[in-house]
Amino acid sequence: MGNAETASARGTPGNAWQDRLAEWSVYVVALLISAVFLWMLSDLALGGIEHLSWSFLLDPPQNAGRGGGIGSILVSTVLVLLIALVVALPLGWAAAVMLSEYVSSDSRFGHTVRHSLQVLAAVPSIVFGLFGNAFFSIYLGLGFSILSGGLTLACMLLPILVSTAEAGLRALPDTYRSSAMALGMSRAATVFHVLLPAAAPALITGLLLGIGRVMAETAALLFTSGYVDRMPESLLDSGRTLAMHIFDLSMNVPGGDAAAHASALVLIVALLLINLLAMKLATSWQRGKIAAE
Amino acid sequence: MIWSKRSILFPSVSADTRILWLLRIASGMAAGLVLLILFFLFAESLPLLWKVQTGRFITDTSWHPVEGAYNLAPMLSGTLYAAGGALFLATPLGIASALFVAYYASPRLGGIYLRLVELLAGIPSVVYGFWGLTTLVPLINELHPPGASLLAGILVLTLMILPTIALTAHAALRALPVEYLHSAAALGMSRWGIIRGVVLPAARMGITAGIILAAGRAIGETMAVLMVTGNVVQYASTVYDPIRTLAANIALEMPYALGDHRAALFVTGLALMLLVIALWSAAARIGRN
Repeated sequence: MGNAETASARGTPGNAWQDRLAEWSVYVVALLISAVFLWMLSDLALGGIEHLSWSFLLDPPQNAGRGGGIGSILVSTVLVLLIALVVALPLGWAAAVMLSEYVSSDSRFGHTVRHSLQVLAAVPSIVFGLFGNAFFSIYLGLGFSILSGGLTLACMLLPILVSTAEAGLRALPDTYRSSAMALGMSRAATVFHVLLPAAAPALITGLLLGIGRVMAETAALLFTSGYVDRMPESLLDSGRTLAMHIFDLSMNVPGGDAAAHASALVLIVALLLINLLAMKLATSWQRGKIAAE
Repeated sequence: MIWSKRSILFPSVSADTRILWLLRIASGMAAGLVLLILFFLFAESLPLLWKVQTGRFITDTSWHPVEGAYNLAPMLSGTLYAAGGALFLATPLGIASALFVAYYASPRLGGIYLRLVELLAGIPSVVYGFWGLTTLVPLINELHPPGASLLAGILVLTLMILPTIALTAHAALRALPVEYLHSAAALGMSRWGIIRGVVLPAARMGITAGIILAAGRAIGETMAVLMVTGNVVQYASTVYDPIRTLAANIALEMPYALGDHRAALFVTGLALMLLVIALWSAAARIGRN
């Protein structure tokens, strides 16, 4: 109430110029940010497009990446991604089911799990890199390998997978649960045959966000999956992901800018597609929910 | 369908409890991960923490870890300058973006802009760094050599944390009860009067929580900052000076660090993690109120 009173004094017609100034600055800020975004995108697109070709996507890199393509690097990226997902998806979704279906939202257990996952989401990726190096590479003896990089990223993915899946499960109407109970379905059968399929759009949104996060990551992989740009022969080989390739080309390889531009363009396009798909799924899922109620 | 899958739909009670145990183990593992990370960071730092007094990390003469001098203060200053500068720029820009979407733009335009900000949030830090290195650094170099500088780091970080501030501020604005706006409008207040007098005070907590989260992100950001700030261990006297941040230092020296040097980097990582946890707890407390 006090707020409204003081505000009405400020909002007198005498301050019309203030109003106009505020409106202008807000519009200018929006315009500025959009312009910078487009500037960045066009820079990357124009710089990368001439170097981009099918052979660039398929060939192995030569001469430290100055020549050749990114074939082996895409393979390493996909392998790291697969390992991270294979490990993180079951763990993350199981934790989400536990949190939303088996424990009440204010129980001690649920509270602890949720809090520690939120803390995990805030941990900087370089710290994950240190942990991955100490735990997976050295303590478990996996060395600099695709496996230890993938496992490190799986740890980073957990919070995002759990929070999206838990939100999706919680958003399901309770009638689903009571109907399943009325049919005499066991709790586990309800989860597997009713709730998880119904929450699939949320699960997939989380999955896509997770894929984006893995593909964007560099700092956590620096000293877990390593730099080697050869075609990986096993999961215990070191492998270089696309984001890492961009970093290495632009920082350590003089004359690697053209290839770095093209790699950045490939990464950006892949990520934009993944993000747009995730957004589309999320909104269509929300719309479907509203229509159903 | 029900008939053919009878055995699945009506599993024995023991299967149900077994699944519950699996779920318990999975969520326990997820929750235990933070402790495991803290434990390993601590275990790797311990040899050095045992040997060296904690105060020496800011009172030693310089950062020459191989010779036993562990002064992290210049890099701490680099981290704080870069993060502080980025927050200083990104906070007004982020809040203005949220206001634009919520109160100024048409729903369609606002939706497009919001999506653009979300896309900005999804761009990898290495791409921000690459763009900063190939575009911003040469521009700053023309203005004032050497280009790779605190200023470049601040600008790149601003772009990176702006979406966090804008999206959390927008969420806070949307959570306000509509009655506030209606009553304020009924009092004849102007749009800016409503925003300044009602909306911003009421959404203050949510916006602050977002800023604190963004601060955590700015402090922990590694690759983009490493690529544009020049990485000289020194106190910056102007924004055109090259600096090195704590996180960048870990990424730069970890590949060849051995023994106590390596432990010193883990101490840095532990400090970063504790700092970010402290910031997160503050944000969570503010967000809850």
